[in-house]
This record gives sequence, C-alpha cells and structure tokens, in this order.
Amino acid sequence: METFISVSTELLKGFGENLKLFSLTLLLALPIGLLITFCSMSKFKPLKWLSKTFVWIIRGTPLMLQLFVVLYVPGLLFNYPIKIRFTAALIAFVINYSCYFSEIYRGGIESISRGQYEAGQVLGMTKTQVFFRVVLLQVVKRIVPPMSNEIITLVKDTSLARVIAVAEIIMMADRFSARGIIWPLFYTGAFFLLFNGLLTVVFGRIEKKLDYFRG
Amino acid sequence: MALLEVQNLHKTFGKTEVLKGIDFTIDEGSVVSVIGSSGSGKTTLLRCITGLETADCGKISVGDRVTFDSTDKRKLTKAEKRENQLCTGLVFQSFNLFPQYTVLRNVTLAKELLVKEECKQQKCPRTEIKARISEIEETAKQIIDSVGLSDKLENYPCELSGGQQQRVAIARALMLSPKVLCFDEPTSALDPEITGEVLAVIRKLANEGRTMLIVTHEMGFAHEVSNEVVFMSDGVIAERGTPDEVFDHPKNARLQEFLSATLRA
Ligand SMILES: Nc1ncnc2c1ncn2[C@@H]1O[C@H](COP(=O)(O)OP(=O)(O)O)[C@@H](O)[C@H]1O
Ligand SMILES: [Mg+2]
Repeated sequence: METFISVSTELLKGFGENLKLFSLTLLLALPIGLLITFCSMSKFKPLKWLSKTFVWIIRGTPLMLQLFVVLYVPGLLFNYPIKIRFTAALIAFVINYSCYFSEIYRGGIESISRGQYEAGQVLGMTKTQVFFRVVLLQVVKRIVPPMSNEIITLVKDTSLARVIAVAEIIMMADRFSARGIIWPLFYTGAFFLLFNGLLTVVFGRIEKKLDYFRG
Repeated sequence: MALLEVQNLHKTFGKTEVLKGIDFTIDEGSVVSVIGSSGSGKTTLLRCITGLETADCGKISVGDRVTFDSTDKRKLTKAEKRENQLCTGLVFQSFNLFPQYTVLRNVTLAKELLVKEECKQQKCPRTEIKARISEIEETAKQIIDSVGLSDKLENYPCELSGGQQQRVAIARALMLSPKVLCFDEPTSALDPEITGEVLAVIRKLANEGRTMLIVTHEMGFAHEVSNEVVFMSDGVIAERGTPDEVFDHPKNARLQEFLSATLRA
C-alpha cells in the first residue's frame, strides 16, 4: 500500500530531474540564444542565412522529434551513441530553447529605435558600449514578458524527456499507474503549478523593477 | 576663420542623389541656419557632417582636422574615428535620450566612458579616476543648470516634458564640448507653446559664441539668431546670405516661393 508520503517522495525525486533539466537548459540556452541572435543579425550573409535556417528547422519541428534525433543520430552517423539519456535530453532542450530565445532577443533588439544607437554614436560611444550601456537594459525590459512565457513553457516541456526514458516526474507517476494507482499521475500537476507559480511571482518582480522607465 | 568647412559633398541613396555638391563654411563662433522644404536634403547634410552617414564624395574639416575625405581611402583607426566623431555634436529632432538613465546620467555617461577608457590606457590610480569622475559630475550639473533643469537631475526622461527632454539632449551634447554643435529641427517634435524654452537655450548658446549649425523651420528664430542663413533646395544650396538678405530680399525664385508658403502657413 502506497502512502501519500511515499508517493510524494518518489514524485519529488522525479521532479528533481525536471528541475535539473530546466535549470541547466536555462543556464545554457540564455547565452547560446544570444549568440544565435548575433549570427541571425550578422552582416555576413552566409552566417545569417545558416543561422536563420537552423532556427527555422528547430522551431518548425517538434521537440519530441528532436529528442529522438539527439538520442539516436550520433550513434547511427558516427557510431558514437549518447549513452546518458539525461545528456541527450539536455542537448535537445538547449538547442531547442536557444532558438526560441534567440528569436525573442532578436525581436527585442530590433524594436529599439535607430535613434538610440545614433545618439550613442554621436556621443563618441563605441558599438559595444552602445549595446551594453544603452540598448541592453531596454531590450531586457521589452523581452521579460515573452521570456517569462517561454520559460514557464520550458518547465512544462521538461516532462517530454520521458519519451527517451529520462526518469522525470510523469514517468515516476506512470510507474504507479502501471500498478493500478492512478492518482499520483494527477498529483504531478501540483508540482508544476507550484513551481510555475513561484516563477510567475519572480517575473512579476522583475517587471516591476524595470517599471521605473518607459521606452 | 572657418571652423567647419564642407566641400563638394555628394550623397546618393540608391538611385536618388540627395546631396548634389554642397559647399559652405562656418566661421568660429557663428551660427548658420539651414532652411528649405522637406526632402531637400537638410537632415542628410547634418548626418554626413556628424558622421551618421558617409558621403560618397567630398571633404569635411573641422578646425585643422579633416573628418571626412572621400579621396583618402586609408582605413581609420578606432581612435581616429572617435576623435572625428567628437568634433561635432548633434541634437536630434526626437531627442533620443536614454530612457533608463536619469537626467544627470544621460549627460555624464558618454564622457565618463571616455575618461574611464583614457584612465585604463594610462593606468591611472583609482583615486584619480574617482576624482575625474566627480569632476565630470560637477561639470554636468553646471551644464544642466545652464539649460534650466537643475531641479530635474534625478528624474527620468519619461517624467519630463518634450521641451525639458530636448534641453537635456542639448546638455548631453554640450558635455562633450563639440567644436560644432548641429541641430536637426530641434523644436519640430514639440508643441508650439513649449518651443520657446528650447529656442531660448539655443539663443543663449549663440550669445556665448558657440559655433552652431541649425536646421529649422522657425523662420523668426533663424532670422534673429543666425549670422548666416542657407537655403537648400533639391540637394544644392540655392541661396545663402545674412538673415536680412535671405528673408527680406530673396533672389532665388524657389526661395521666394518657399518663404511665401511658410509665411502663409
Ligand atoms: N536612408 C535613406 N535611404 C533612402 N533615402 C533617403 C534616406 N535618407 C533620406 N532619404 C531621402 O533623401 C531625401 C532628403 O531627405 P532629408 O535629408 O531627410 O531631407 P530634409 O531633412 O530636408 O527633409 C528624401 O527624398 C529622402 O526620402
Ligand atoms: Mg529633415
């Protein structure tokens, strides 16, 4: 007989995997996304084209498919299979979310008026200074709402890792349902809700913090 | 003596030739206004002079420094580019203040970055950097005071009226002490009742002997404040002269037409 406590402990173990996947993806995809943005906005046409095509492919195909590709393709092509399923999941998630983030960044950067760059330039600031001192915070302010949406989606998406047998929370719950105990499956929702609620509060704070200026 | 010298400036966008050979000079301490109908190339001229656009042909010099020369194909170093950039200042029609910074920070930012870089190169001790930065702050406060905004130091641009924002933009440009300060229709984005406060600041700068190049639609102001008025039409300077000559005895037919049209409006 499974008690509420024992189920909770099992699910929490699973959710640990979700959180690990979530935080590592976030940590890596945030900067890599920026790199992709710079490529997509590059004046060097081949790089721009390559980058945009890559983003188009990643955004145009299901993450679930990408998980399988990362798991199997290295083994098929290079005879170098990725043995650790979590690593495969992480790679797929980072690639996928970097592309989504890069598009949000690009939208943010392109929405800043040319006048801001020109004002910096006529004041003798370098391009780097203009980007980091003038444009960046304005971009951050503009992208906080779409980024928070995307990040909350990421939390929920982590359970997709189960398709390549990462022992995340829904997989754990499924082990109970295989034995005829259904309720843990529904109980998993509480974990997501709680964590996303926390994130919502954090993003709300950030938005409020940046409320002091308009632009 | 000519401080700004523009020679044979040409600029083409795609197939349209916007500047078709512009020649003029501004003497040190004098004010030149540029008038002309919309699309005649006034903004493009200012943007070429301030380095926001690269002209196709021609030469620009400020004092004894050549800031642009189409025959010189040498690639400029970053330091040279910046030096050229700092010869001129530009006040935009749409202010372009940095929204996330206070009035004071808007004015000090560029200068501070410049000085910090200089200190890094010379490996100045920390105390000296600090001293120089607080010096910058003092200067900035004086300049902000001179445009009448000393009570707004800690305000953000979104808390200011358009006229106040434009005065901050002027202070920001002054902070880098450009040899020639350019204005592109500085009051066009303002409500008519607050253009006066901005014009008053520019008038004051003129009286202090600043060398300025002002694109404006304020004919009365141009008449009053300029040593010389330039009328641009279709990418060329169609007429230039003292305000009296240009406004009261225009010779060019286009200018006569332009003046009667603006006076009627
Ligand atoms: N970046 C640009 N690309 C293409 N055409 C431009 C550009 N900037 C200005 N023009 C054209 O150049 C002409 C002169 O513009 P502008 O210098 O802004 O005139 P003004 O300031 O006198 O109104 C206009 O016909 C305008 O459409
Ligand atoms: Mg214009």
